[in-house]
Amino acid sequence: MIDLDDTDRAMIRAVAADALLSAGALGRQLGLSQPAAWRRLKRLKDAGIFRGQRLDLDREALGFSVTVFLGVKLATKGRVSLEDFERAVTAIPEVQTVEHVLGAYDYRLRVVARDIADFERVLRRRIMTLPGVGNIDANVLLSEERLPGPIG
Amino acid sequence: MLDPTDLRILRQFQAAPDLPTADLADRAGVTPTTLARRLDKMRAAGVIRAVRSVINWPSLGYTVEVSLRVQLDKTQPRAFDEFLAQARKIPEVIEAQTFLGQVDARLSVIARDMPHYQEVYRDKLLTLPHIADIEALMHVSRVKFDETLPL
Repeated sequence: MIDLDDTDRAMIRAVAADALLSAGALGRQLGLSQPAAWRRLKRLKDAGIFRGQRLDLDREALGFSVTVFLGVKLATKGRVSLEDFERAVTAIPEVQTVEHVLGAYDYRLRVVARDIADFERVLRRRIMTLPGVGNIDANVLLSEERLPGPIG
Repeated sequence: MLDPTDLRILRQFQAAPDLPTADLADRAGVTPTTLARRLDKMRAAGVIRAVRSVINWPSLGYTVEVSLRVQLDKTQPRAFDEFLAQARKIPEVIEAQTFLGQVDARLSVIARDMPHYQEVYRDKLLTLPHIADIEALMHVSRVKFDETLPL
Protein backbone atom coordinates (compact mmCIF):
# COMPACT_ATOMS: atom_id res chain seq x y z
CA MET A 1 0.00 0.00 0.00
CA ILE A 2 1.11 3.55 -0.75
CA ASP A 3 2.95 5.48 1.99
CA LEU A 4 1.52 8.92 2.71
CA ASP A 5 3.07 11.91 4.40
CA ASP A 6 1.22 14.95 5.74
CA THR A 7 1.48 16.78 2.42
CA ASP A 8 -0.07 13.81 0.60
CA ARG A 9 -2.92 13.73 3.09
CA ALA A 10 -3.50 17.47 2.70
CA MET A 11 -3.47 17.00 -1.06
CA ILE A 12 -6.06 14.19 -0.89
CA ARG A 13 -8.31 16.42 1.22
CA ALA A 14 -7.93 19.33 -1.20
CA VAL A 15 -8.63 17.22 -4.30
CA ALA A 16 -11.58 15.51 -2.61
CA ALA A 17 -13.09 18.96 -2.02
CA ASP A 18 -12.27 20.29 -5.50
CA ALA A 19 -11.23 17.92 -8.24
CA LEU A 20 -10.59 20.77 -10.69
CA LEU A 21 -7.71 22.37 -8.77
CA SER A 22 -4.71 22.74 -11.06
CA ALA A 23 -1.27 21.52 -10.00
CA GLY A 24 -0.30 25.20 -9.73
CA ALA A 25 -3.17 26.02 -7.37
CA LEU A 26 -2.56 22.86 -5.33
CA GLY A 27 1.12 23.74 -5.08
CA ARG A 28 0.34 27.24 -3.82
CA GLN A 29 -2.03 25.79 -1.19
CA LEU A 30 0.51 23.23 0.00
CA GLY A 31 3.74 25.19 -0.44
CA LEU A 32 5.04 23.12 -3.36
CA SER A 33 6.28 24.07 -6.80
CA GLN A 34 3.88 23.37 -9.66
CA PRO A 35 5.95 20.39 -10.98
CA ALA A 36 6.33 18.93 -7.48
CA ALA A 37 2.57 19.19 -6.89
CA TRP A 38 1.91 17.59 -10.28
CA ARG A 39 4.23 14.66 -9.50
CA ARG A 40 2.61 14.07 -6.12
CA LEU A 41 -0.88 14.21 -7.55
CA LYS A 42 0.07 11.78 -10.32
CA ARG A 43 1.51 9.38 -7.77
CA LEU A 44 -1.73 9.48 -5.74
CA LYS A 45 -3.87 8.99 -8.84
CA ASP A 46 -1.71 6.12 -10.08
CA ALA A 47 -2.09 4.43 -6.69
CA GLY A 48 -5.86 4.43 -7.20
CA ILE A 49 -6.60 6.75 -4.27
CA PHE A 50 -9.54 8.30 -6.15
CA ARG A 51 -12.51 6.28 -7.29
CA GLY A 52 -13.73 8.91 -9.72
CA GLN A 53 -15.37 12.29 -9.71
CA ARG A 54 -18.78 13.45 -8.64
CA LEU A 55 -20.60 16.62 -9.61
CA ASP A 56 -21.91 18.19 -6.42
CA LEU A 57 -25.16 19.98 -7.22
CA ASP A 58 -27.51 21.95 -4.98
CA ARG A 59 -30.39 19.49 -5.23
CA GLU A 60 -32.87 21.82 -3.50
CA ALA A 61 -32.16 24.53 -6.09
CA LEU A 62 -32.90 21.94 -8.77
CA GLY A 63 -36.25 21.11 -7.18
CA PHE A 64 -35.41 17.92 -5.32
CA SER A 65 -36.43 18.79 -1.81
CA VAL A 66 -36.86 15.27 -0.45
CA THR A 67 -34.20 12.61 0.12
CA VAL A 68 -35.25 9.31 1.67
CA PHE A 69 -33.11 6.39 2.74
CA LEU A 70 -34.78 3.03 2.35
CA GLY A 71 -33.81 -0.19 4.03
CA VAL A 72 -35.00 -3.02 1.82
CA LYS A 73 -35.38 -6.62 2.92
CA LEU A 74 -35.81 -9.18 0.17
CA ALA A 75 -38.79 -11.45 0.74
CA THR A 76 -37.93 -14.33 -1.49
CA LYS A 77 -34.23 -14.95 -1.37
CA GLY A 78 -33.27 -17.86 -3.56
CA ARG A 79 -36.30 -17.56 -5.80
CA VAL A 80 -35.34 -14.14 -7.08
CA SER A 81 -31.66 -13.67 -7.69
CA LEU A 82 -29.84 -10.73 -6.21
CA GLU A 83 -28.69 -9.84 -9.71
CA ASP A 84 -32.28 -9.39 -10.89
CA PHE A 85 -33.04 -7.08 -7.99
CA GLU A 86 -29.81 -5.14 -8.41
CA ARG A 87 -30.31 -4.69 -12.14
CA ALA A 88 -33.87 -3.42 -11.71
CA VAL A 89 -33.15 -1.09 -8.78
CA THR A 90 -30.08 0.42 -10.45
CA ALA A 91 -32.18 1.40 -13.46
CA ILE A 92 -34.51 3.63 -11.43
CA PRO A 93 -33.34 7.24 -12.02
CA GLU A 94 -34.53 8.47 -8.62
CA VAL A 95 -32.39 5.87 -6.85
CA GLN A 96 -29.04 7.55 -6.31
CA THR A 97 -27.14 4.89 -4.43
CA VAL A 98 -27.58 1.18 -3.83
CA GLU A 99 -25.55 -0.59 -1.18
CA HIS A 100 -25.66 -4.29 -0.47
CA VAL A 101 -25.44 -4.68 3.31
CA LEU A 102 -25.50 -7.35 6.00
CA GLY A 103 -27.76 -6.88 8.99
CA ALA A 104 -31.42 -6.07 9.47
CA TYR A 105 -31.73 -5.18 5.76
CA ASP A 106 -30.28 -6.50 2.54
CA TYR A 107 -30.02 -3.23 0.65
CA ARG A 108 -29.77 0.44 1.48
CA LEU A 109 -31.12 2.86 -1.14
CA ARG A 110 -30.84 6.61 -1.37
CA VAL A 111 -33.84 8.04 -3.21
CA VAL A 112 -34.43 11.66 -4.28
CA ALA A 113 -37.81 13.15 -5.09
CA ARG A 114 -39.34 16.54 -5.79
CA ASP A 115 -41.68 16.32 -2.80
CA ILE A 116 -43.41 13.75 -0.62
CA ALA A 117 -46.09 13.07 -3.24
CA ASP A 118 -43.38 12.45 -5.83
CA PHE A 119 -41.59 10.15 -3.37
CA GLU A 120 -44.81 8.20 -2.82
CA ARG A 121 -45.11 7.72 -6.58
CA VAL A 122 -41.53 6.40 -6.83
CA LEU A 123 -42.06 4.13 -3.82
CA ARG A 124 -45.34 2.64 -5.05
CA ARG A 125 -44.69 2.39 -8.75
CA ARG A 126 -40.97 1.69 -8.86
CA ILE A 127 -39.62 0.35 -5.59
CA MET A 128 -42.50 -1.78 -4.29
CA THR A 129 -42.79 -3.45 -7.68
CA LEU A 130 -39.13 -4.56 -7.72
CA PRO A 131 -38.58 -8.31 -8.00
CA GLY A 132 -38.39 -10.02 -4.61
CA VAL A 133 -38.88 -6.91 -2.51
CA GLY A 134 -40.13 -7.53 1.03
CA ASN A 135 -40.12 -5.27 4.04
CA ILE A 136 -39.16 -1.62 3.44
CA ASP A 137 -38.11 0.87 6.08
CA ALA A 138 -38.03 4.58 5.17
CA ASN A 139 -36.23 7.46 6.85
CA VAL A 140 -36.47 11.02 5.53
CA LEU A 141 -33.14 12.85 5.47
CA LEU A 142 -33.05 16.03 7.57
CA SER A 143 -29.38 16.91 7.50
CA GLU A 144 -26.22 15.52 6.07
CA GLU A 145 -22.53 16.21 6.41
CA ARG A 146 -19.53 14.60 4.80
CA LEU A 147 -16.38 14.52 6.86
CA PRO A 148 -12.77 14.35 5.68
CA GLY A 149 -12.20 10.92 7.23
CA PRO A 150 -9.03 9.48 8.75
CA ILE A 151 -6.63 11.54 6.64
CA GLY A 152 -7.01 14.70 8.73
CA MET B 1 -34.02 30.26 -13.64
CA LEU B 2 -32.65 27.17 -15.41
CA ASP B 3 -33.74 26.54 -18.98
CA PRO B 4 -33.70 23.27 -20.95
CA THR B 5 -30.16 23.99 -22.21
CA ASP B 6 -28.87 24.34 -18.64
CA LEU B 7 -30.54 21.07 -17.68
CA ARG B 8 -29.08 19.32 -20.72
CA ILE B 9 -25.61 20.54 -19.74
CA LEU B 10 -26.08 19.39 -16.13
CA ARG B 11 -27.34 15.98 -17.27
CA GLN B 12 -24.26 15.41 -19.43
CA PHE B 13 -21.91 16.94 -16.87
CA GLN B 14 -23.09 14.78 -13.97
CA ALA B 15 -22.94 11.66 -16.15
CA ALA B 16 -19.24 12.30 -16.86
CA PRO B 17 -17.74 14.95 -14.54
CA ASP B 18 -14.20 14.31 -15.79
CA LEU B 19 -15.00 14.83 -19.46
CA PRO B 20 -12.85 17.47 -21.25
CA THR B 21 -14.79 20.71 -21.81
CA ALA B 22 -14.85 20.34 -25.61
CA ASP B 23 -16.42 16.87 -25.38
CA LEU B 24 -18.95 18.05 -22.80
CA ALA B 25 -19.97 20.93 -25.09
CA ASP B 26 -20.35 18.41 -27.90
CA ARG B 27 -22.55 16.06 -25.89
CA ALA B 28 -24.71 18.90 -24.61
CA GLY B 29 -25.04 20.27 -28.14
CA VAL B 30 -23.68 23.75 -27.36
CA THR B 31 -20.56 25.68 -28.35
CA PRO B 32 -17.63 25.72 -25.88
CA THR B 33 -18.26 29.45 -25.34
CA THR B 34 -21.90 28.88 -24.44
CA LEU B 35 -20.90 25.99 -22.19
CA ALA B 36 -18.35 28.09 -20.30
CA ARG B 37 -20.83 30.94 -19.88
CA ARG B 38 -23.64 28.66 -18.66
CA LEU B 39 -21.36 26.80 -16.24
CA ASP B 40 -20.07 30.09 -14.82
CA LYS B 41 -23.63 31.29 -14.33
CA MET B 42 -24.68 28.08 -12.57
CA ARG B 43 -21.58 28.16 -10.35
CA ALA B 44 -22.27 31.77 -9.40
CA ALA B 45 -25.90 30.89 -8.60
CA GLY B 46 -24.72 28.02 -6.39
CA VAL B 47 -26.50 25.34 -8.42
CA ILE B 48 -23.10 23.79 -9.16
CA ARG B 49 -21.16 23.54 -5.92
CA ALA B 50 -18.03 21.71 -7.07
CA VAL B 51 -16.62 18.68 -8.77
CA ARG B 52 -15.40 16.40 -5.99
CA SER B 53 -12.95 13.54 -6.19
CA VAL B 54 -14.29 10.48 -4.43
CA ILE B 55 -11.73 8.85 -2.14
CA ASN B 56 -11.26 5.13 -2.67
CA TRP B 57 -10.87 4.14 0.98
CA PRO B 58 -9.91 0.50 0.38
CA SER B 59 -6.85 1.75 -1.55
CA LEU B 60 -5.78 3.50 1.66
CA GLY B 61 -6.21 0.29 3.65
CA TYR B 62 -9.72 0.92 4.95
CA THR B 63 -11.49 -2.22 3.84
CA VAL B 64 -14.39 -2.27 6.31
CA GLU B 65 -17.38 0.05 6.06
CA VAL B 66 -20.26 -0.01 8.48
CA SER B 67 -23.48 1.94 8.55
CA LEU B 68 -24.48 2.63 12.14
CA ARG B 69 -28.15 3.43 12.62
CA VAL B 70 -28.68 5.21 15.89
CA GLN B 71 -31.74 5.99 17.94
CA LEU B 72 -31.19 8.86 20.34
CA ASP B 73 -32.64 9.57 23.76
CA LYS B 74 -34.99 12.37 22.74
CA THR B 75 -35.91 13.26 26.30
CA GLN B 76 -32.58 15.11 26.15
CA PRO B 77 -33.32 18.36 24.29
CA ARG B 78 -29.76 18.70 22.98
CA ALA B 79 -29.34 15.04 22.07
CA PHE B 80 -28.91 15.61 18.30
CA ASP B 81 -26.45 18.48 18.61
CA GLU B 82 -24.30 16.86 21.25
CA PHE B 83 -24.28 13.50 19.52
CA LEU B 84 -23.22 15.06 16.19
CA ALA B 85 -20.61 17.33 17.78
CA GLN B 86 -18.87 14.31 19.32
CA ALA B 87 -19.31 12.08 16.25
CA ARG B 88 -17.56 14.71 14.08
CA LYS B 89 -14.45 14.32 16.21
CA ILE B 90 -14.04 10.63 15.36
CA PRO B 91 -11.72 10.43 12.32
CA GLU B 92 -13.17 7.10 11.15
CA VAL B 93 -16.64 8.68 10.71
CA ILE B 94 -16.88 9.82 7.08
CA GLU B 95 -20.57 10.73 6.93
CA ALA B 96 -23.18 11.83 9.45
CA GLN B 97 -26.87 12.19 8.69
CA THR B 98 -30.01 12.91 10.69
CA PHE B 99 -33.47 11.61 9.85
CA LEU B 100 -37.16 11.83 10.43
CA GLY B 101 -38.31 8.27 11.00
CA GLN B 102 -37.48 5.24 13.04
CA VAL B 103 -33.77 6.01 12.84
CA ASP B 104 -32.58 9.37 14.24
CA ALA B 105 -29.04 9.44 12.96
CA ARG B 106 -26.72 7.43 10.84
CA LEU B 107 -22.94 7.35 10.73
CA SER B 108 -20.76 5.87 8.00
CA VAL B 109 -17.73 4.42 9.70
CA ILE B 110 -14.64 2.99 8.02
CA ALA B 111 -11.94 0.82 9.55
CA ARG B 112 -8.83 -1.06 8.44
CA ASP B 113 -10.18 -4.48 9.41
CA MET B 114 -12.58 -6.08 11.88
CA PRO B 115 -10.28 -5.83 14.96
CA HIS B 116 -9.78 -2.13 14.16
CA TYR B 117 -13.55 -1.69 13.74
CA GLN B 118 -14.14 -3.40 17.11
CA GLU B 119 -11.71 -0.96 18.68
CA VAL B 120 -13.35 2.11 17.08
CA TYR B 121 -16.80 0.78 18.01
CA ARG B 122 -16.02 0.09 21.65
CA ASP B 123 -13.74 3.00 22.44
CA LYS B 124 -15.19 5.80 20.33
CA LEU B 125 -18.67 5.06 18.99
CA LEU B 126 -20.31 3.48 22.03
CA THR B 127 -19.13 6.38 24.17
CA LEU B 128 -21.06 8.93 22.07
CA PRO B 129 -23.67 10.78 24.13
CA HIS B 130 -27.45 10.10 24.22
CA ILE B 131 -27.51 6.79 22.33
CA ALA B 132 -30.69 4.84 23.13
CA ASP B 133 -30.22 2.07 20.58
CA ILE B 134 -27.70 1.26 17.89
CA GLU B 135 -27.79 -1.13 14.96
CA ALA B 136 -25.04 -1.93 12.48
CA LEU B 137 -25.26 -2.72 8.78
CA MET B 138 -22.04 -4.07 7.31
CA HIS B 139 -21.33 -3.04 3.72
CA VAL B 140 -20.88 -5.91 1.32
CA SER B 141 -20.73 -3.96 -1.93
CA ARG B 142 -21.73 -0.76 -3.66
CA VAL B 143 -24.04 -1.50 -6.54
CA LYS B 144 -24.68 2.10 -7.57
CA PHE B 145 -22.92 5.17 -6.23
CA ASP B 146 -22.91 7.95 -8.80
CA GLU B 147 -25.50 10.02 -6.84
CA THR B 148 -26.82 11.66 -10.00
CA LEU B 149 -30.11 13.57 -9.95
CA PRO B 150 -32.95 12.56 -12.32
CA LEU B 151 -32.84 15.85 -14.23
